[in-house]
Amino acid sequence: MKTPPLTRILVAVMVCAAVGSGAAPRAAVAQGAEAYTRGDVEFMQGMIHHHAQALLMAAMSASHGGSAKVQLLSKKITLSQRDEIGMMRVWLQYRKQEVPDTAPHSMTMPGMPDMDMDTRMPGMLNVQQMKQLDGVRGVAFDRLFLTGMIGHHKGALKMVADLIAAPPSGQESEIFRFISDVDSDQRAEIGAMQQLLYNLPGSTTP
Amino acid sequence: MKFHRFTGLLVAGLILAAVSVADAQVATGSTTDPRAGLKAGKFDAGVASKGMTLLATATRADTFVNSATSPRSLSYINSDFVFRGNYLYQGNFSGFQIWDISNPASPVRITTFFCTTDQGDPSIWGNLLFISDENGRGRVDCGSQGISDTVSKDRAKGVRIFDVSDPRNPRQITVAQTCRGTHTHTLVPDPKDKNIVYIWGQGSSNVRSLTELAGCAGAPYAGDSAEQFRRIEVIRVPLDHPENWSLASQPHIFEGIGPRPPSHGNPPGDTTAGRGGRGLGAVPPAAPLAAAPPAGGRGGSRAAGGPNQCHDITVYPALNLAAGACASYGILLDITDPVHPKTLQAVTDSNFALWHSATFSNDGSKLLFTDEWGGGTSPRCRSIDPLTWGGDVVFDLKNKHLTQGAFYKMPAAQTDMENCVAHNGGLVPVPGRDILVQGWYQGGISIVDFSDAKHPFEIAYFDRGPINADTAYTGGSWGAYYYNGHVYSSEIFRGLDILNLTPTEFLSQNELDAAALVHYDQLNPQTQPKIVWPAGFPIVKAYLDQIVRGTELPTQRTTAIAASIAKAEGLSGGKQRSALNSLAAHLTADAAKSKNKKRVTAMAAAARDLAKAAK
Repeated sequence: MKTPPLTRILVAVMVCAAVGSGAAPRAAVAQGAEAYTRGDVEFMQGMIHHHAQALLMAAMSASHGGSAKVQLLSKKITLSQRDEIGMMRVWLQYRKQEVPDTAPHSMTMPGMPDMDMDTRMPGMLNVQQMKQLDGVRGVAFDRLFLTGMIGHHKGALKMVADLIAAPPSGQESEIFRFISDVDSDQRAEIGAMQQLLYNLPGSTTP
Repeated sequence: MKFHRFTGLLVAGLILAAVSVADAQVATGSTTDPRAGLKAGKFDAGVASKGMTLLATATRADTFVNSATSPRSLSYINSDFVFRGNYLYQGNFSGFQIWDISNPASPVRITTFFCTTDQGDPSIWGNLLFISDENGRGRVDCGSQGISDTVSKDRAKGVRIFDVSDPRNPRQITVAQTCRGTHTHTLVPDPKDKNIVYIWGQGSSNVRSLTELAGCAGAPYAGDSAEQFRRIEVIRVPLDHPENWSLASQPHIFEGIGPRPPSHGNPPGDTTAGRGGRGLGAVPPAAPLAAAPPAGGRGGSRAAGGPNQCHDITVYPALNLAAGACASYGILLDITDPVHPKTLQAVTDSNFALWHSATFSNDGSKLLFTDEWGGGTSPRCRSIDPLTWGGDVVFDLKNKHLTQGAFYKMPAAQTDMENCVAHNGGLVPVPGRDILVQGWYQGGISIVDFSDAKHPFEIAYFDRGPINADTAYTGGSWGAYYYNGHVYSSEIFRGLDILNLTPTEFLSQNELDAAALVHYDQLNPQTQPKIVWPAGFPIVKAYLDQIVRGTELPTQRTTAIAASIAKAEGLSGGKQRSALNSLAAHLTADAAKSKNKKRVTAMAAAARDLAKAAK
């Protein structure tokens, strides 16, 4: 089996981010406190892709000579975000909304159209950046990984901030809990990553 | 080549399916523990327990159970507990329930108050019940219809204040509104004025609009440097006129805390390096805080990446100390002036994801922090999850300085369907030991002895199987607390559990009897009371059991001491007094030769107290 280039895989990931929101309701679809919005649905769909890229990046740290601490951080990100993808999938399924497919097979399907950069969620790396990350090893990998992941996490914070700034989006009970957790967890991880960056040889600023 | 290795990973399907994260060096939950593999069920789940038995269980109010349109909804789940007299106040994301626990074997729900209010964290003081509200859907009128407007006068985000003088007819008096609402809050009594309590509000939600509440800047994204992200809120409440609440201060307790370049002189590596486990990386303690501007002042700076919120703060007024669990830091505060707390020290450990809550030992020599990795709705006690992640860490506390000890995590592997991570708890008042009873969500209740900060160990537990074998419900113990002889656990999904402690090799009947002598009139677990034991034979006997367990005196001495106690117990008046004073004198002499001088001395003091009480 001929392995497809990284670009192709990423194109598939990005395209998946752009589909699947058509079935979402424009207005709140349930009564009272259980209501959710189209914004909530799009947020969950987008965040699945956002998380999926974090998993891709985290998976590289072992194969690309990441330091022990970066590998351990990657494990934590993997454990955390894999769970959260599961939770988001269930949330969407329960509401009969399209669940983006991030499984590996979908990332290697032929015939995907060219990537539209505008469909990337905030903080996600573009193809060029992923190639750069894939092309380095050791300390250089650590530096690029941490820089990229800090930006990636900040993008998640922006997604959360944007959602909650548009009520009643972000108010449904599971969504509110989830975005609160994403915000707390990823802020804390940003702090840890900034410190790891500080500690890299030759670093003076994060 | 570079691509091949990476894409190979994808093709192998490892990314979403089965990244192996439990490497050999990292200890994880035990799959052979009796708690692993219990049968699932809402109300008929399998149970495993040790040193605890279920005395009574009661479901959530029907209105909460029936209102949920999705089984996974969090809108009607139970949250935390507080106690006063024979009443237990149980928070819920849609209000609260008041239980009469006069007979712990048969709790009676006397009130269900419906009020949409995430997450309903409660405190009680006299006739006032305080309830946290943080979600933008919360309404002043308690309705569940939510709020669609960005700016609305109907929004309740802060602390609701209820009059519960008639527990069957609670009445909302007012809502103390804050910029970020409160995820949790902590009640701090004024040290001098008995008519004043302070509610420390810990906000972690978004900042609402300036137009909605004066003084709030609708912070743009990346606006973490905004004022609201650098402080907690101190709300002053006059007990005779709670409607006249005011914002007393907004202390900047995070100043100067954050990641810093190693060149600033802190040793690399976690504060725990080489002890509790391997850290992700160096997150050194905060900069010397002496350089920080005075707490409560303005104009200081919060380091990038430093904390911008506290999840919860536990105050210990008798020691004038508080422990803030704040994002990726644990913070020790001096609260001599509760309006202007001073940050003494910040600690961190990269094993910890989200510093969540804290409990002091009764003597203030230890401080235990919890890590709510994953926020409580995620399964983080699986056989792949490290025991150093999502658990507790114990610190020694001496001269207002924290030194890190070891980690503790509920040790049994749970399933993917069980949300599980360290959560709330409180002390079991056994004299001579530091014992915490703690909720672990669907990981159940675990009781840990943390008398030695370097060697915490589990002494009892209670656990049920998952609520559902195939669906991840959010449930389990939100918090478990010891109150006047029993353990009470707030079951998020199933309701209320009341348990008896039973003797085991780790905890004797005498120790349980000694704990039961402690009586609280009121208990807010995050406003930690100083436990004072009354004189009683169980206290003396509990100490003796501990001395025997640890072979801290020779067997011939402990046998003789036991005989002396039994003899004294059969006496009365002056004869009993003199027998106990004689015992105390002997114990004082024994103490010098014991490997645990402190305990034997404490036992001597307990014997002397008992002598004074002899009738």
